[in-house]
Amino acid sequence: MSKTSRTSITMPAQAKKGAIIEIRAIAQHDMESGFRYTEGGKSIPREIIRVFTCSYNNTEIFKADFYPGIGANPLIIFTTIATESGMLEFKWVGDDGYEANNQARITVT
Amino acid sequence: MKKQAVIYSVGFLYALLMASSFAANPMTSHKQQSSYELMTTENKAMQDDASLNPAMFWVGDGESLWQTKNGTNAKSCASCHGDVKKSMRGIATQFPKIMKGKLQTLEGQINQCREVRQGAPKLAYESKDLLALTALIALQSKGMPISVKETPANKDDLKQGQQFFNQRMGQLNLSCAQCHDERAGLKLGGSLIPQGHPNAYPIYRLEWQTLGSIQRRLRNCMSGVRAQQFEYGSSEMAQLELYLMWRARGMPLESPGVRP
Repeated sequence: MSKTSRTSITMPAQAKKGAIIEIRAIAQHDMESGFRYTEGGKSIPREIIRVFTCSYNNTEIFKADFYPGIGANPLIIFTTIATESGMLEFKWVGDDGYEANNQARITVT
Repeated sequence: MKKQAVIYSVGFLYALLMASSFAANPMTSHKQQSSYELMTTENKAMQDDASLNPAMFWVGDGESLWQTKNGTNAKSCASCHGDVKKSMRGIATQFPKIMKGKLQTLEGQINQCREVRQGAPKLAYESKDLLALTALIALQSKGMPISVKETPANKDDLKQGQQFFNQRMGQLNLSCAQCHDERAGLKLGGSLIPQGHPNAYPIYRLEWQTLGSIQRRLRNCMSGVRAQQFEYGSSEMAQLELYLMWRARGMPLESPGVRP
């Protein structure tokens, strides 16, 4: 069983065809950089999200690589054009088998 | 004529001095100000918008913990307290509070419930679970004024807390009051000194990259002045917290807040 966490998507449920919509995707994750040490001096292994992807009716429309410099609970805000009604699927994949999924429906008129 | 002019100018100089000394000490006017007011628009938006506030993840975790049966008595918080939105409304505005003769913080009361009612082990301070439950309970009082009052029962603790607030400590030999009363609104390095009101805890502090309690914040300041930190969950912490809440009485709770 792989690890997962809470995620949250904020975007309009309806939009006019051709309109630019803003999508906010936030994931609960410590983004442990791998550069920190415990009080005992032991190195804390890196554990971050590596890739975030968003697909719109099974077509990938946005992708981001994450790096150790990105802070905890990363928030990504991006825009896309509302072309057709359907489903947007969001996926975060990270170290140690981390995977989180979320989806949101949009009605385009 | 000449003498009069001298008197006028001395008077003017005196007035100028008075004015500048007031300007240097805005807390003397004692208008309570949440450090929310000192934040950038981006950080304000992060606190106000639930879809941006990372602390809402802890609230979500708290909601599931609220329903989880725990301990030897196999009870959840909900078994006794029911709907958190009803039973915990306004509760966070009253803590720290005297419970059965002992001053108890909100975190302390959660642990007391766990030990006595659920028969479960205490949650460690700053553990994700304790912060999640505290955030969930505090959220139910969002926007409500802090209602800590002086009572015959908490009088001694309040006085002790006030003494801690005014007592110089550490190698830098500073008291809380010297910065957060006398010099609030002035600068320490590049940043404004806030009045230090505990009206948004637990806070998601960007510097910490996580949620933290008021006690973590207080320990921060104590290490800053090179003092021996009060222990987590100690009575000294509770007394200081009580005084701070009393000092911030009437201010609306912003929990869970975001701070830089």
